[in-house]
Amino acid sequence: MSFYTIKALVLRYLYLYTRTPVRIVELIFWPLVHLLVWGYLTRFLQQNVGDDFPHEITFLIGAVILWDILFRAQQGVAIFFLEDVWSRNLLNIFAAPVTNADYLGSTYAVGMMRAGVTSVMLGGLSALLYSFNVFQLSWALIPFVFNLLIFGWALGMISTALIVRWGPAAETLAWAVPFFIQPFAAVYYPVDYLPTALQWVAKLLPCSYVFEGMRDVLKDGVVNWAELGIATGLNVVYLAAAGVLFVRVMNTAREKGLLTKFASQ
Amino acid sequence: MKPPILKVRDLTKKFGNVTSVNGVSLDIADGEILGLLGANGAGKTTVINMVLGIVTPTGGHIEVFGKELMANRIEVLRSTNFCSTYTQLPGNLRVWQNLKVFGQIYRVPDLKARIDEVLEILEISHLKERVSGELSAGEGTRLNLCKALLNRPRLLLLDEPTASLDPDIADKVRKVVKRIRDEEGTTILYTSHNMRDVEEVCDRVVFMHKGKVLFTGTSEEILHHFEEKSLEDVFIRVARSGDIESNRERKEGGS
Ligand SMILES: Nc1ncnc2c1ncn2[C@@H]1O[C@H](COP(=O)(O)OP(=O)(O)O)[C@@H](O)[C@H]1O
Ligand SMILES: [Mg+2]
Repeated sequence: MSFYTIKALVLRYLYLYTRTPVRIVELIFWPLVHLLVWGYLTRFLQQNVGDDFPHEITFLIGAVILWDILFRAQQGVAIFFLEDVWSRNLLNIFAAPVTNADYLGSTYAVGMMRAGVTSVMLGGLSALLYSFNVFQLSWALIPFVFNLLIFGWALGMISTALIVRWGPAAETLAWAVPFFIQPFAAVYYPVDYLPTALQWVAKLLPCSYVFEGMRDVLKDGVVNWAELGIATGLNVVYLAAAGVLFVRVMNTAREKGLLTKFASQ
Repeated sequence: MKPPILKVRDLTKKFGNVTSVNGVSLDIADGEILGLLGANGAGKTTVINMVLGIVTPTGGHIEVFGKELMANRIEVLRSTNFCSTYTQLPGNLRVWQNLKVFGQIYRVPDLKARIDEVLEILEISHLKERVSGELSAGEGTRLNLCKALLNRPRLLLLDEPTASLDPDIADKVRKVVKRIRDEEGTTILYTSHNMRDVEEVCDRVVFMHKGKVLFTGTSEEILHHFEEKSLEDVFIRVARSGDIESNRERKEGGS
């Protein structure tokens, strides 16, 4: 693994972002829209229903928004990789002195940067827009969102691996990856409501802690940092697993000539 | 005698039950331009991809700079480069941005000056600020060639570099290829199905058909071997005859 090579690959991503404003929109637009809708809707409910409006309603709003953040992170990442495949540039990269570790290192670095940019921006805005009102979730939101973005990154890498391995036929499947885990992720209902066996599945998914944590914050205003820590730990595991899968798929791709197949289409 | 820069032995690649490359052996000497000639589907690109390590051989052995390829892949690739009609640099980056990224990946010293130099060599200095995806096919190929020259490779693999070029630019590219070899001693593997390329640029030719090497030698030796007047005639005959092995046996049997 070479820092210098990783730096060059990251530079390439940065050029892509500055050259393509649409990507910046993707990075900032959706989280921003969600922040505004969530903030104003909560404010509206509180002013009209009073302080004792049902938690379940805010749970649902929060769930919808956080889920969408996860979903968009996964899609954004997958598109990002696939453009490399489709633009026939992946061959240039892998025929250059770039190891799998270099390539993965650069994607992790870019993933962190993306998550960082979005989180800092959300933090700044929620401070600006809601610091003077009753909106409680503003600051606690940031580590939650950061974890979702990282998990989305791992899922995006897994989706890409599926598409590289099984070709365009696997695309619908790959785009649906987040929905395979949705029932177990405790998005709209607490983990306790799942059968015991499925509760274990939920506990293995970093996003379930985020959704549980979101409900805790809304109900009691307390951030469960221990659970957030578990989510972060699991995310590291998922990133590593996605990396291993990616390397294996790349080796299969070399065997079966998959990269060159994409290239000559 | 110096050891060959590229040594390929019994190289085979099967994709499922299709055998794309079937027992290919070839050597390229230091500073030599070797033409890999053959019809579409002969297996030329697959050979190049295996030498770059982006396709894993089913069997056989590849040595570059006297080193086994897969065990020394990264080290070998640092002094190798390639240009192919099948790949493009990211279309939404500017020409200089693409060259800067690849220059850094290949650790090119004094990169700024080298970028200007390669743009000059291929006569596209005026395109430096342009967006790569907006270049014409010919300009794009020349940008790819710029990338391929950036690191002053010892071994340069060119996969049909003149395929999308008009005759004028194709002629310029051929001259650049020869100049690079003459001035820098670069060893070059050059695939083509264009007779002009082979006659003008290559010192020696490996003639491939259906994954196998039919003949290796200079253009004159090929003409003599196949008893034809032009390489074009040899090419057409090989492409149409289907199974050249029996064809030659028939000829030999008849004489
Ligand atoms: N990735 C691949 N998967 C399956 N078949 C392939 C793949 N790449 C090449 N082939 C097959 O191998 C043969 C040789 O192809 P190629 O090396 O591209 O020939 P050339 O470059 O001489 O035109 C062709 O029949 C082609 O269809
Ligand atoms: Mg080819």
